[in-house]
Amino acid sequence: MDETLSRKGILGKIFVSMLYISAFTFGGGFVIVTFMRKKFVDELHWIDEEEMLDMIALAQSCPGAMAINTANLLGWRMAGFWGMLVSVLGTAIPPVTIITILSFFYDAFSANPWVALALKGMQAGVAAVFLDVVFSMGGNLVKGKSLLNWCILGAAFLATFVFGVNVIYIILGAALLGAVRPLWQKRREGAA
Amino acid sequence: MIYLQLLLSFLQVGLFSIGGGYAALPLIQNQVVELHQWITMSEFTDLIAIAEMTPGPIAINAATFVGIRVGGVLGGLVGTLGFLFPSLVIVSVMGFVYFRYKGLTILQSILSSLRPAVVALIAGAGLSILLQVLFAGGPMTLEGLNWVGGLLFCLAFGVLRKFKCNPILVMLLCGSLSLLAGLIGLPA
Repeated sequence: MDETLSRKGILGKIFVSMLYISAFTFGGGFVIVTFMRKKFVDELHWIDEEEMLDMIALAQSCPGAMAINTANLLGWRMAGFWGMLVSVLGTAIPPVTIITILSFFYDAFSANPWVALALKGMQAGVAAVFLDVVFSMGGNLVKGKSLLNWCILGAAFLATFVFGVNVIYIILGAALLGAVRPLWQKRREGAA
Repeated sequence: MIYLQLLLSFLQVGLFSIGGGYAALPLIQNQVVELHQWITMSEFTDLIAIAEMTPGPIAINAATFVGIRVGGVLGGLVGTLGFLFPSLVIVSVMGFVYFRYKGLTILQSILSSLRPAVVALIAGAGLSILLQVLFAGGPMTLEGLNWVGGLLFCLAFGVLRKFKCNPILVMLLCGSLSLLAGLIGLPA
């Protein structure tokens, strides 16, 4: 950590860096996290490479948005509780501001027939992006060749799309299964 | 008490959206389109298009947008804070535990079982959106089918799979082609 900076200076630097990265990074969480790594590992050397990888893995495993979670962990590591707070705020403020402004434009413009037509075309694009994500994420599952994973996938799909089960119950069910899975595997290894 | 309802809804979304940005979207759809009917499926799909084309995590964008539509700027703040709060607490605690004890086995096991479920949920949300595009919420008949939308979907999906290009570009392409189709008088 840079000794020449005061505590306030560090907090300010974290806030401004996050604000800047979040405002100008388009694309998913991984893109934002890559820029965070560049800033705090490569440029400022406040975090070492291995720690950064651990933080990314942890951020992915927790609920919520990955970029926010990574900002949270980085903030704690660099400057404790207040570091976490300014880091998360810096990451959240740009999207919230931009969407607030855009949502007023949406009200004004979505009644316009040409804007509505363009939006309608984009809806087809949104459907394609969703199914593309499914195939990319699903492709990795196929490589795993786990029967249990396929059962979870099939059951979850039927529950959500055919039976309209509340999504939260599906997530809880899968999480519970994941929690008892190691015990079950251990027992099977013991019997073999 | 619309603000309280918004807060409770997005607290649930924040607590249970595990597994990447898209994982939050089926939860948001479930809460705001199906359970509370705050916005329509069509508005929800517009919202994703907008969220995709602006910087920042897609779930934050969605929480802000829905909150504003339901309860103005204050609603936007309440929705966003509701979404953020569970992860703030959980990540802080997990970070503390992790940097002390460096153990993640149970967490990784939970995650590996969650992943197929998340894929299924995203598939479900994607298919709902596709049905919305093809039949606009009406009955699924050949006469009611939106041909332009169907063709755009096939084109967009093909381009995404084959060239792995940026979703923002694909969406802009779909929007422009849809405008073009309207200009030459094709029914949308």
